[in-house]
Amino acid sequence: MAELDTSSGGGKKGGGKVRTKKANTKVDLTAMVDLAFLLITFFMLTTSLSKPIAMDIAKPDKDVKDENRLELRASQTMTILLGKNNKVAWYMGEAGKSQPNIEGFGEIRKSILENKKKVADLNNNDPKKTLVVVIKPTSGASYENFVNIMDELNITKITAAPAIDDENITDAEKDFMKKNGIL
Amino acid sequence: MPRAKVKRKSTSIDMTAMCDVAFLLLTFFILTATARQPDPLDIKLPSSSYKIPVPDVDIAKLTIGHGKVFYEVAGKDVKMATLDKMAEQYKVSFTPQERERFGVIQSFGVPMQSLKAFINLPDEAARTKSGLQIGIPTDSLDNQLSAWLLNSRKAVAELHSTAMRVSIKGDAKEEYPVVKKIVDILQKQKINKFSLITTAAGGAK
Repeated sequence: MAELDTSSGGGKKGGGKVRTKKANTKVDLTAMVDLAFLLITFFMLTTSLSKPIAMDIAKPDKDVKDENRLELRASQTMTILLGKNNKVAWYMGEAGKSQPNIEGFGEIRKSILENKKKVADLNNNDPKKTLVVVIKPTSGASYENFVNIMDELNITKITAAPAIDDENITDAEKDFMKKNGIL
Repeated sequence: MPRAKVKRKSTSIDMTAMCDVAFLLLTFFILTATARQPDPLDIKLPSSSYKIPVPDVDIAKLTIGHGKVFYEVAGKDVKMATLDKMAEQYKVSFTPQERERFGVIQSFGVPMQSLKAFINLPDEAARTKSGLQIGIPTDSLDNQLSAWLLNSRKAVAELHSTAMRVSIKGDAKEEYPVVKKIVDILQKQKINKFSLITTAAGGAK
């Protein structure tokens, strides 16, 4: 059916009418179809993959001096400082009272999960009292670090809105980070 | 009794219809696929596990990389309206042709002073090569980025009566203070919510 007829028009030799060869119009389409489907697959996959995705970030309003700001309870607050060389320092509770831990981005997820569990256990799994994370990107951090840490919060399902605080980095925090060479 | 002849069937099938369908689909996908515009600023996006797609309309895109900021607002009508407002503010006048041309320019990073020359360059390649793209000034004295944002927000509000969204495309290796500076400009205009554009994560695992 779909192939080129290469046989000559009758094969009679000597005498008889010279028949004009009737060329078969059918072409083998297999290769063409193969190629077409390959391209379809390619375009289907790339169109859905290249769609840019976004993470929505909300930062606190700077100007509003809101009186009824919520106070964070030290016991359920985890502060993560982003330093240079892709390192983070984190501590639970108030600044200066607990010694920060220095970690890389590989281990921070484990720490977040541990702290989340600790806080949940402490409050008898009260959904209103979950771990609150405060992110403090310092001048040494890169943009990627910031995106990564927000991503970690998404992965570890921290439901309380994270506080992004790049204004109030205390001296104690700075000193600690400088001492450990990540600022 | 004549022997029943077993008809030998040909194994090849007619592929014409299949070929037709395949090419129809192929054409469809090629046409719907939006060609990815190369960014004038060479950046590598960080990856994340977020899956929220970015809308295509009424959005401004700030590209941050190598200490420079490039700006783009989606939609030809919005671009042209924004240019009108900027022209008014900076006392520059643009011809209708220049407006038309600006309407199709993608992300750009030129100060207002050289924008006219920039628009009149023949094509995107010449614009990239021109060296005019030094980033949009963000100093507190001459904060053109802030003006662009404000004017395009006004334009979007007038033309489409919705609020403009702001998205940030930052280079993964960009230092945080540079990003913070831009975010501070946004926050000065009370834009406290914005989207960070990332790529789908393979490496985040």
